[in-house]
Amino acid sequence: MSDMGQAFVLALQLIAALDAELLEIIARSFAVSLAAVAIAAAIGLPAGAALAVYRFPGRRAVIVLVNALMGLPPVFVGLLIYLFLSRAGPLGFLGLLFTPTAMIIAQAVLVTPIIVAICHRLTRDLYEEYRDQLCSFGARPYQAVRTVLWDARVSLVTAVMAGFGRATAEVGAVLIVGGNIAGLTRVMTTTIALETSKGNLALALALGLILVLTAIGVNAVAMSLGGVSAYRRG
Amino acid sequence: MVRWLTVLVWGLVWALAGAEAPAQAQDRFITLASTTSTDNSGLFADILPRFQAQSGIAVRVVAVGTGQAIRLAERGDADVLLVHHKPSEEKFVAGGFGIRRYDVMYNDFVIAGPAGDPAGIKGVVRARDAFAGIARGRHLFVSRGDNSGTHKAEQSIWRASGANPAAGRGKWFREVGAGMGAALNTASGMNAYILTDRGTWTGFSNKGSLAVLVEGDPALFNQYGVIVVNPARHPHVKADEANLFVAWLTGAAGQAAIAAFRKRGRQLFTPNANPSTGN
Repeated sequence: MSDMGQAFVLALQLIAALDAELLEIIARSFAVSLAAVAIAAAIGLPAGAALAVYRFPGRRAVIVLVNALMGLPPVFVGLLIYLFLSRAGPLGFLGLLFTPTAMIIAQAVLVTPIIVAICHRLTRDLYEEYRDQLCSFGARPYQAVRTVLWDARVSLVTAVMAGFGRATAEVGAVLIVGGNIAGLTRVMTTTIALETSKGNLALALALGLILVLTAIGVNAVAMSLGGVSAYRRG
Repeated sequence: MVRWLTVLVWGLVWALAGAEAPAQAQDRFITLASTTSTDNSGLFADILPRFQAQSGIAVRVVAVGTGQAIRLAERGDADVLLVHHKPSEEKFVAGGFGIRRYDVMYNDFVIAGPAGDPAGIKGVVRARDAFAGIARGRHLFVSRGDNSGTHKAEQSIWRASGANPAAGRGKWFREVGAGMGAALNTASGMNAYILTDRGTWTGFSNKGSLAVLVEGDPALFNQYGVIVVNPARHPHVKADEANLFVAWLTGAAGQAAIAAFRKRGRQLFTPNANPSTGN
């Protein structure tokens, strides 16, 4: 209990002090996760909508697979990416291991199935609604994909935010491919793990609180953007 | 849709630029694969900036268990290896993965356990006798179980003790398969006995009711060694920078920095390099 109280006080102190190292770690967490989510969204949103619109053999199997991949264990993804990026691995010549780029790749792999699956679910219902109308206009499937993505954009924010949440909360994969190098690949979650292993439980908890607070902030901003957009559509 | 994508692409560019900026700021760097015991103690954070100030070379530390650090180095994912299990280090060099091994420093392991000491091992001279006592009474013992240097030291003490902890696996013998700090958190939580390196122990803040019970046995000696990864096997290894680092670490400046490092008022590592006689 004293650890809890101490953690709250520490969290407030850390925020008030605007500690440079902490700010850098928070900024790095955001930069890495934002880049990963941007990649995942650029792939996942069109892919999810395409799954809702196109009919092809094996479509159901792909949907089942994508939904299953939402539960990919981060350590497994981390290990896989590590083996690819390791100097002894097929992409070792790129020298990407233990860099923020490696962390972005790992998180993008984790997040993409989430965005595909949620986007598919959201655009599928919309497409059912629009299908007859789109057909009567003679719209091609790719045009239908664009239409449902655009019209579902407000709810798709949820898909992207779910992905962002997964990315910022994840520790197993970035620890393996990033190496938790101070000043280079150390992010919020790996710092929390490190401080826990040093027995600095209050500090670890305080960092966790700050992570939660920043997540709330990001979601609030995303929600309000969505709200503004919905209002404009009137 | 187009606007969406534009925003996404710009977000990506911005985020990538932000994430990669620090990497470009340190053009000259080497990657050091080392152990949690040295990193968690704060040693590297203390001495590496001195090396960087002098040489202009940044050292990126990846702190994992000795077993994993050696695997990283074997695969060419590090330029220098600094670990603490001499037989494994010699095997690494003999396998052609490293050029030469140098002693750097030492500290010691200690056996910690509940202050009440139900196994009655406090003050026992031989670590192996203490382990035998823990096994006899089937008292809770947390094992690293992660192939780290400390785990290997633990295993060799178990062998010497004549006890068979594997028989107590899942009962009194708890293998956590985690780093030193995580294992200490577990031991603290279940009031168990544990073998720990003194550096992590001294810096550890969540001791609960654990206390040091056995120390000073020569079997608890903990030697650290440093090896440059063999550039003949991995051509991308920054051998020049890595050699500079090893020369500094085993030379007068590095050795003095190690001796001067204090945690909670205590010296944690004793330098003992002899650069002329690497082995």
